[in-house]
Amino acid sequence: MHGELEPLCIQVRQAYEAKRPLRIRGGGSKSFLVCSAAPEVLDLRLYTGIVEYEPSELVVTVRAGTLLITLERLLEENGQMLAFEPPHLGLQATVGGMVAAGLSGPRRMAQGAVRDFVLGVRMIDGQGRDLSFGGRVIKNVAGFDVSRLMVGAWGALGVLTEVTLKVIPRAPSQLTLEWSLSEAQALQRMNEWAGQPWPITASSYFQGRLRVRLEGPRKALESAAVHLGGKEVLEGKGWWMGLREQQLDFFMTPKPIWRMAVRPTTGPLGLSGQTLVEWGGGLRWVACDHGHAQVHAMAREAGGHAQQWHGGDPARPFPEPPAGALLALHRNLKKVFDPAGILNPGLPGFLEG
Amino acid sequence: MDKSEIPSELEIGQALRQWLPESAILTTPESKRPYETDGLSAYRQMPHVVVLPATEKEVQAVLRYCHAQRIPVVARGAGTGLSGGALPHERGVLLSLARLRNIVQVDPLARTVRVQPGVRNLAITQAVDAHGLYYAPDPSSQIACSIGGNVAENSGGVHCLKYGLTLHNILRLRVLTLTGEVVEIGSEAPDSAGFDFMALLTGSEGLLAIVTEVTVKVIPKPMVSKVIMASFDTVEQAGDAVARMIAAGIIPAGLEMMDSLATRAAEDFVHAGYPVEAAAVLLCESDGMPEVVEDELARMKTILEENGATELRVARDEAERLRFWAGRKAAFPAVGRLAPDYYCIDGTIPRRRLGEVLRLIADWSLKYGLEVANVFHAGDGNLHPLILYDAGVPGQFHKTEELAGRILELCVEVGGTITGEHGVGVEKINQMCVQFGEDEIAVFHGIKAAFDPEGLLNPGKAIPTLQRCAEGGRMHVHHNQLPHPELPRF
Repeated sequence: MHGELEPLCIQVRQAYEAKRPLRIRGGGSKSFLVCSAAPEVLDLRLYTGIVEYEPSELVVTVRAGTLLITLERLLEENGQMLAFEPPHLGLQATVGGMVAAGLSGPRRMAQGAVRDFVLGVRMIDGQGRDLSFGGRVIKNVAGFDVSRLMVGAWGALGVLTEVTLKVIPRAPSQLTLEWSLSEAQALQRMNEWAGQPWPITASSYFQGRLRVRLEGPRKALESAAVHLGGKEVLEGKGWWMGLREQQLDFFMTPKPIWRMAVRPTTGPLGLSGQTLVEWGGGLRWVACDHGHAQVHAMAREAGGHAQQWHGGDPARPFPEPPAGALLALHRNLKKVFDPAGILNPGLPGFLEG
Repeated sequence: MDKSEIPSELEIGQALRQWLPESAILTTPESKRPYETDGLSAYRQMPHVVVLPATEKEVQAVLRYCHAQRIPVVARGAGTGLSGGALPHERGVLLSLARLRNIVQVDPLARTVRVQPGVRNLAITQAVDAHGLYYAPDPSSQIACSIGGNVAENSGGVHCLKYGLTLHNILRLRVLTLTGEVVEIGSEAPDSAGFDFMALLTGSEGLLAIVTEVTVKVIPKPMVSKVIMASFDTVEQAGDAVARMIAAGIIPAGLEMMDSLATRAAEDFVHAGYPVEAAAVLLCESDGMPEVVEDELARMKTILEENGATELRVARDEAERLRFWAGRKAAFPAVGRLAPDYYCIDGTIPRRRLGEVLRLIADWSLKYGLEVANVFHAGDGNLHPLILYDAGVPGQFHKTEELAGRILELCVEVGGTITGEHGVGVEKINQMCVQFGEDEIAVFHGIKAAFDPEGLLNPGKAIPTLQRCAEGGRMHVHHNQLPHPELPRF
């Protein structure tokens, strides 16, 4: 293990006393998407190491600056993995950044999101205090669930220094199947199958093709394939990896890309431009030139929200405020954890508004 | 605050009749009596007034009135909670949500059900059964407990290692703040922008807001479920078998352990065919496609045998499978028949520390002269020691509380927690000071104030005052002395 916690606490405490804003940084792999504009950097990259890992407990505790690939390699050596397949979006991605971003990958609908697997955190609050919440056990309801509150908060509520995650065993085998369908048919089928007990762990629809990934014992996959039909995709693993890491051609377009999280049963959105569907219909990537107001309104109507992925303002990634009293609750909560407003100011984007 | 500052029962009743029917306001001792305790009957308190609103508007009116009059509000679902979370406040309104019991919407394609908080846990599964779906969290009280209470406590059940807790199975909440404002959090989309208020509110024990609607996720029923019952000569062997199974990559759908006292009690109660001579019994369930279950069962059997199982029995049919589980789910009342009273503990420990923890509990059981039966959600490390006592014997409840406190502190010492699924309530409030430092507790109070600055929602529960912890700190040092008998318990 490397690095010391104390200098990090001191830097935050001094910043708090001087009311000097801090930009928390891990690997910077997601700074194209979200990045505070504060000039002073609080760098977590030297604070690394696996604190505790006991495979039979399905639990691992890691310092925030540890590279995500380091953690994933360790888990793989023990036949385990992170259930939510987090996108790295760069080799330098850190575990702390992954949790702060709260982004999940292809397996999200089958197994859950990042927050579902966070069991505990150690963090520095906006006054420089070293705090611990949650624990190293799977069931724990003592106190408010501050650990999960940190997931997806992009550092606006605290600096993560250590996280404890629940892990899962790797499946023995996988199989990808494919069908040629219209978008409406594919969405219907994704939702129908999600209500049936097939071992589906990922799904996507792009350029007229519905793809699903099945995982489990080989015999079960063969039997499911007989029921589901479709044709086997031999390069399946590469497809899901490309989707997870956004290395598909779709993501290389010069047009703005929107990430739209919607009610999975929502029909085709009808926006002009290419659409890539994931997560059983719950996630739509759209490359289009439509105005912000139109995209946000459409996402709201579909029970969800939109975020500009490429070509947006990383210093203000979520400009749309939540409705009614929820905005005030966000502001109250920010004050509890960061009374001087020094941690990643500007994030998530609507607090100051 | 003095009781004299709070309006009388009659004044409150009269005021609330502007918005609620007379039958929804209880002010007489006879009518309020059923509400003086929840599932933790060792604690009792007569509420000042009980209200039973039937609509969100009525709940809103009660909250606005109580806020304006500075009257404490304690929310209650079905009253099956095991930590005294719904224990009334002597000067407060007990707000029962049991009459908000509509299933608002079932969407089989989207696999969601929108319900009011008073809907029973099992009623959700029954509402979607015909679509081949079910609601996964299954606390033992599922025939009675309500979904609103499940959200307040983040309830688990015997299948949560594989299928998660309440937190993992709800999508959206509609809540009212103390001032009566409606707040919608979460969504039917896979995520929302902003902070994760779903995580914060789930398990918040009625301290932050009042739930008026819950949207839950329902999932497909497995094609096949099979359960193995394994007997062991020692609890350590059973514990090792559990660790090996999980290290081998198996996530059982259910994995439960009972010691011999619990096994015998359950057998006498439901006649499930349990091996009463075993020191420990494991129930080990696999579910999914037939091929998955066949593969898993074979691997489970090998591991159980390699770790010293003396007998393995696979339930022959669905009826026997349900009988095996019925014994486990009835373990609390079954053990309850062995003594006039029992006290249930809810600590969670890292699984690998099971042997030493059970040994210490056995030692202390002898020392205190109180029998302890152990029921264990072995898959997720959640231990339920049940201390048998007789409240009629002077001093025995006191001794029981002390033993319970020691066991909880032991759970923290070995890296676990004081409560896995029952909540802190009034019961474990002292042990919160053992689990958390002053700074963390100050943050909890900050969160509470962010929602409820006046501290009127379920006051005195879940989060101890710092002063209480300062006093409790001494309690922790002097293990063998009775801590501060002069302090009120809550």
